[in-house]
Amino acid sequence: MAKVLMKGNEAMALAAIKGGCDAFFGYPITPQNEIPEYLSTHMADHGRVFVQAESEVAAINMVYGASGAGARVLTSSSSPGIALKQEGISYMAGSELPCVIISVMRGGPGLGGIQPSQGDYNQITRGGGNGDYHVLAFAPETLLETVDIVKQAFDLADYYRNPVMIAVDGLIGQMMEPVDLDKKPPRKKLKPKDWAAEGLSGVRGHRNTIVSLHLDPYELEKHNLRLKKKYDEMVKKEQRYEMIRMDDAEIAIVAYGSVARIARSAVLTLREKGIKVGIIRPLSIWPFPEKAFVETPDSVHTLLVAEMSLGQMLQDVKIVNNGQRTIKFYGRAGGVVPEAEEIVKEVQKIVRGRQS
Amino acid sequence: MKTQTIYQKSSGLTARALTYCPGCTHGVIHKLVAEVLVEKGLLETAVGIASVGCSVMSYEFFNCDMQQAAHGRAPAVATGIKRVRPDATVFTYQGDGDLASIGMAEIVHAAHRSENVTVIFVNNAIYGMTGGQMAPTTLIGQKTTTSPRGREQAQTGLPLRMSEMLATVPGATYLERVSVHDPKHIRKAKKAIEKAFDVQTKKQGFSMIEFVSTCPVNWGLTPQDSLEWAVENLISYYPLGVFKDATAGEDHEN
Ligand SMILES: Cc1ncc(C[n+]2csc(CCOP(=O)(O)OP(=O)(O)O)c2C)c(N)n1
Ligand code: SF4
Repeated sequence: MAKVLMKGNEAMALAAIKGGCDAFFGYPITPQNEIPEYLSTHMADHGRVFVQAESEVAAINMVYGASGAGARVLTSSSSPGIALKQEGISYMAGSELPCVIISVMRGGPGLGGIQPSQGDYNQITRGGGNGDYHVLAFAPETLLETVDIVKQAFDLADYYRNPVMIAVDGLIGQMMEPVDLDKKPPRKKLKPKDWAAEGLSGVRGHRNTIVSLHLDPYELEKHNLRLKKKYDEMVKKEQRYEMIRMDDAEIAIVAYGSVARIARSAVLTLREKGIKVGIIRPLSIWPFPEKAFVETPDSVHTLLVAEMSLGQMLQDVKIVNNGQRTIKFYGRAGGVVPEAEEIVKEVQKIVRGRQS
Repeated sequence: MKTQTIYQKSSGLTARALTYCPGCTHGVIHKLVAEVLVEKGLLETAVGIASVGCSVMSYEFFNCDMQQAAHGRAPAVATGIKRVRPDATVFTYQGDGDLASIGMAEIVHAAHRSENVTVIFVNNAIYGMTGGQMAPTTLIGQKTTTSPRGREQAQTGLPLRMSEMLATVPGATYLERVSVHDPKHIRKAKKAIEKAFDVQTKKQGFSMIEFVSTCPVNWGLTPQDSLEWAVENLISYYPLGVFKDATAGEDHEN
């Protein structure tokens, strides 16, 4: 099929249907409302389940139940709503239940605002739920990439038996862009869900239980270590990133999502001025793509981290950089989207600083 | 001499020994639910949801597929399961702290949407598992670890009557409060559970059976005195009976 023009949130919703999503549970919040609105009719048309829950707390627990019964399940929300889902996400990680969560980030803290933001990087990559757990998290840059990753996310969730988050800012949710919904992303080889507690103990010949409780500390530690093995596998296999004009770069802008798009135009302007600048663009934000920094050429002396937050991914960059290169930061917050010109100026400042 | 089995543990329960305190009526309620699931041929298709409370381990006891839910969220988990597996028999097993306090929104909205699930609600007027704190269902004057002088209305309001409250929710289909303090009431309670699962089998919507239950340990009474205390105090505030039966007309037509 040729590419079609769609609004971000609707494209993600349709991608979920194409990715084999059996059920959606959610609660209204701006700027992601087009996802449940679209699914409210289209899920039924595909013979699938749509429920508008009484809260995000209920929604994520419906996701838990449906996923525990073996279904492919989606929920979506925005910042304050994702905050409410954290309890359920921790339970799902603990019970090893797959699900896909779309987070369309807006400004915070508190009720904050409804304009695009990347202020939930920590919420998503660190998690607000209790215990030693991680969720796989991707922060795509274009709608084309978003649609692909939404489809893959269901396979990844099933493969790891773990929640997968798609983190986009409100810009991607609201923009119109061409998407190709029939493109087949790479598939994972999946085992049957013989662990599901779906009311088939009679057919199966034994009962299944979905549980995150382990009262014996040695048992729980064993469980924690088993989970860690999965997280280690994710760190090994799921680091995703793009190196943009990095071959001869001396300065690398580190940016993801919409900020990476803006950085691309900044790079064009700067290259015209003869400044050797590239972009390290994380697509996976957990696991954070350490490998990209290993691959970064020696010619790069400075990393400019640019975010729509006051410095959250910055902490991960500092960790992987380990004091090697100079790190500068440029952030806008509250729903203010930086202009390419602002990034150009920041890079020029770095260049001037080195000349003086 | 030939031996004959005249009574045995229900096959609806696993071989695991129950972890409840001696004399606690959680055990009888487990037995009744298990027996009904077996007798109605529903055990093989059942998914139970264990809640957070003394019954948290019930996923080890009911001999069917089980999911363990976060505190208060069992009705939401049940919703998720039933919506994707409509042929499964879905029930939650919840205490009064779980259902009437932290899980208030989830229980009301499961009833509101008339989710076709069955709720087993065990009301012992106290938080058992955490050591006997006050619940929304604790009686006025009842001593708990967070109302050591007895529950006072001025500070804490009046005890919540969940069956009566849910009876005002248009979507609720069948609501009955029962007790298990003597054989006669135990038989009646079993009938109520049967009715609730019938409602689900006939896809008639939300059903809940509330049990007046005991907590001898945290009430500071012997098992026998607990039963008497429940009859004298709890049942007079929480009267037994059917609070809603929206199937009355429907059953006739079917
Ligand atoms: C979110 C959360 N808050 C608090 C607790 C602690 N907690 C465990 S059981 C319980 C009370 C359960 O009481 P009830 O539902 O009345 O059941 P019972 O133990 O009396 O059978 C509480 C508050 C918890 N596990 N999770
Ligand atoms: S603490 Fe109370 S409710 Fe819990 S098992 Fe013991 S007697 Fe029963």
